[in-house]
Amino acid sequence: MRNVFLFISRYRTFFTFLILQGVALWFLFSYNRFHRARFLGVANEVTGRVNTQYNKVEDYFELREENRRIHRMNDSLLNLQARNFMRADTSLQLVQDSVPFDTLGHYRRYHFRPATVVYNSVSSQKNYLQINRGSNHGIKDNMAVLSSDGSTVGVVVGVSPNFSQVMSLLHVQQKVNAALKKSGDFGTIEWDGKDPGFLTLRGIPRSIEIKNGDTVLTSPYSFNFPPGYIIGTIAETITDKSTNFYVLKIKPAARFYSLQQVFVVENLQYTEQTTLNQDTRKRIEDPKKASAK
Amino acid sequence: MSDFLRNMIRFAVFILVQVYILNRIPHLHRFIAPYIYYLFILWLPFSVSRQWLLVIGFFTGLTLDYFTVTPGLHAAACLLIAYVRPIMITLLTPKDSTEFNYREPSPKSMQWTPYIVYVVVLTLLHHTYMVFLEWLSVGHFLDFIIKVIATTGISLLLILAVELLFPRKLKFRTNTA
Repeated sequence: MRNVFLFISRYRTFFTFLILQGVALWFLFSYNRFHRARFLGVANEVTGRVNTQYNKVEDYFELREENRRIHRMNDSLLNLQARNFMRADTSLQLVQDSVPFDTLGHYRRYHFRPATVVYNSVSSQKNYLQINRGSNHGIKDNMAVLSSDGSTVGVVVGVSPNFSQVMSLLHVQQKVNAALKKSGDFGTIEWDGKDPGFLTLRGIPRSIEIKNGDTVLTSPYSFNFPPGYIIGTIAETITDKSTNFYVLKIKPAARFYSLQQVFVVENLQYTEQTTLNQDTRKRIEDPKKASAK
Repeated sequence: MSDFLRNMIRFAVFILVQVYILNRIPHLHRFIAPYIYYLFILWLPFSVSRQWLLVIGFFTGLTLDYFTVTPGLHAAACLLIAYVRPIMITLLTPKDSTEFNYREPSPKSMQWTPYIVYVVVLTLLHHTYMVFLEWLSVGHFLDFIIKVIATTGISLLLILAVELLFPRKLKFRTNTA
């Protein structure tokens, strides 16, 4: 027994090294599996504070680009205003108010919240943004994030009281439902971790005719993204002879290098939709377990 | 300035430079990622014990990890170089003369050639291990090799620039100090 203790105290440094190395690897690999960092909540608050201070300065350098985007967004919204349209032959006036339900059965499905990006990276294979809104402001996991001009940015994957982590589209584990604007065919947007200038769209059947420059939008079948927001445009078509699907290189519409203001979009029926989806799968695909309950 | 204060300031500066400048600038190429923060570990005084080196290395890496949201990645790599550092120093310096005359590793205290070997070996170790851990989850083997070499190259260039731009004034330590 004494020899054991002697052995341990002799190689104390080496054992410390092994233990700490184990801790580091445990952090690393458990994080990759669950998209969650150990103690991220606390660390998130600290790094968030520092990032906010830095961001106060950095924002000035991106004002021009940001103004241009907001101007474009305003422009498109102004075009939608009711007073741009006139009824030809009647005194009827159409009024839409902001109450979630109206007598025609319109109800609100998506809720937009503004947020500011306080940390951003594009250089690694797993890129995250940090935004200055958290659970105190109603942000939850899996909410969609759009840029200030309405282009797709990513999905919220971690929330602390005042900040949230957003998994960018430039993340090798990211998968987003997308659809072609022209034909409505849907596929999946991924990123191969190589060039931040291009995303990959898979799952579009080869029977469809496509051209470079075609627009790719968020799909109406997505649970978290509101439909019809731009993801990017087709830059290159790679024909994979072994399958019946295209592999399309997409030029993203969001400028990931200079993100500043973003919208966090909540699907108000997200829980209902995903729960129904999971319950159905469980019941149909694994009937034994369901009946045992 | 005491050693402790000096190193605290150094730590903050290195982490901030790494997070807000080197990680922010658009990279020349996806393989060329500049790293400099680990120079903090290379510059720690000779007098730090091996146990403390490990602890400091681990938390340096972890601090950067929480900024880049990759918990454990840089911590593991920093821990490795913190472990190998004393071995390298004993190998490269004549035992008696430097360890007690100067405060910390520098071209002046170790001579240029041993110092360059010391920096190159630890940089290569740090990047190889870090890129290896990244590569485990995604990537090709060729990517891995190229990235290690390119990243090591750019980091060495940065370190050389730092050494030439900010020569540290190291006092010759005497018994009275």
